[in-house]
Amino acid sequence: MIADSRPRMLLSALVALILTVLPLPRWLDVIRPAFLVLTVLYWSVNSPRTGGIAFGFFAGLVLDVFQGPVLGEHALVLALVTYIAVREHQRIRSKPVFQQALIVFAALVFYEFLLWALDGWTGHPITSPLRWVHTVTGALIWPLATAILAYGAGRRV
Amino acid sequence: MAAFGTGAGRPLSGRGSSGFRFTLYAVLAVVVMYLDQRRHYLEHVRYVLQAAAYPVQLLVSSPPAAWRWLQDSFQTRAALQAENARLRGQQRDLEVRTMRYEALARENGELRGLREALPPVAERWLAAEVVTVQLNSLRQRLLLNRGAANAVFRGQAVLDEAGVVGQTTHVGPWSTEVILITDPEHAIPVRIERTGLRTIAVGTGETNALALPYLPANADVKEGDQLVTSGLGGVFPEGYPVARVTEVHRDAVQPLAQVRAVPLANVDTDKEVMLVWFRPDHPAAPAAATASSDGGVGEVKHGDAGMQPQAVVRAARPPAPPAAPAAPATSAPKPTP
Repeated sequence: MIADSRPRMLLSALVALILTVLPLPRWLDVIRPAFLVLTVLYWSVNSPRTGGIAFGFFAGLVLDVFQGPVLGEHALVLALVTYIAVREHQRIRSKPVFQQALIVFAALVFYEFLLWALDGWTGHPITSPLRWVHTVTGALIWPLATAILAYGAGRRV
Repeated sequence: MAAFGTGAGRPLSGRGSSGFRFTLYAVLAVVVMYLDQRRHYLEHVRYVLQAAAYPVQLLVSSPPAAWRWLQDSFQTRAALQAENARLRGQQRDLEVRTMRYEALARENGELRGLREALPPVAERWLAAEVVTVQLNSLRQRLLLNRGAANAVFRGQAVLDEAGVVGQTTHVGPWSTEVILITDPEHAIPVRIERTGLRTIAVGTGETNALALPYLPANADVKEGDQLVTSGLGGVFPEGYPVARVTEVHRDAVQPLAQVRAVPLANVDTDKEVMLVWFRPDHPAAPAAATASSDGGVGEVKHGDAGMQPQAVVRAARPPAPPAAPAAPATSAPKPTP
């Protein structure tokens, strides 16, 4: 099963990455959810053995290369979020999808808060409140994202 | 059922517990951050990673590029003729304007007491296309389709036809990341053209505004003043247009004036920009500031704007008075034989 779903995981990560760096008008870009983070969360909750912390770490590293001011910043934060998600995956997975969305919202706020703190510590602060918008849209899109990803992973919803 | 929820210590793929593996990755990430942040040990790693990222960036930017190409190839004859006429007119204007350039350059050289006119400060130009890819919407960055293969280097000036756009920060083999002058982390040393007053223009994070936070309230600055590069700071040569002052607020209780300016370059709409190489020995070339720091870029980039004036003044002093008081000690062979 592991050998089966790993290519699908990488493919979904690539699609999420493309959605993340796709050029959009500014207002759409502000509300754009963090697709790659949502994908990492999906895989660590639903198939923790396939991805796990290594997947979170390397997805974060990719985000650093594309968007980060310091290499390793997203990697650290996403590895931590993945670790928590993998630890609690059975508890999260058994919840209905709307409660999952609430948990995802909390995870995204935590993720963004750590990034905000690291941005400040490394001397690249962004204090604009717009950086928090994606946590809401990410939680709103979670039911749809998880349905699409489950379909892509060949699993019944 | 109790272990169902906690499931913490359970090994997930046979290689140690997930807590152990997380610690491993966290330490790795922190080490990477430290090496990248301090003294930039990871330039080579970044170079390789940027090369690996470029195919994805090209893929993402290909639909807009294809759309532009389609638009270009289906333009009507009338539109092309109109554009042609406009360009002809523009070229005539430029030719008339440069007609006296040679004479002026010679005259200037004579006034400066030089034997022949100086060559222009810009030695080489290279047009670079902007790759339409979203970097970070809250930071003002661009990606260009030129890199180390075209001899682009870190801390190189980027201009467009109207003024200064920014400078290069990360150079990959085929792509380069540019920090715009409007990025909140960017500060550019400028001079008010009308008065010669030198100050620093700091990015605000908006594409249409720069802030001049270090001007005293009694400084001679007013709306419409043109800001040009001052040649200090080690990146931009002297005299290139940067911005125009749009608003000046003087508050009686504030010791500093609040001044904002609009950049002259079209930083948010540019499809093509110019990378410029300057003659290092030209008088208008960027002053080789702060030999102690890593090429001067670090200071400008990390927004140490408060530190900039001091460093800049120290660097600018030596050339101005040609060793008048220190003549006996330093320049013994040249004066008074």
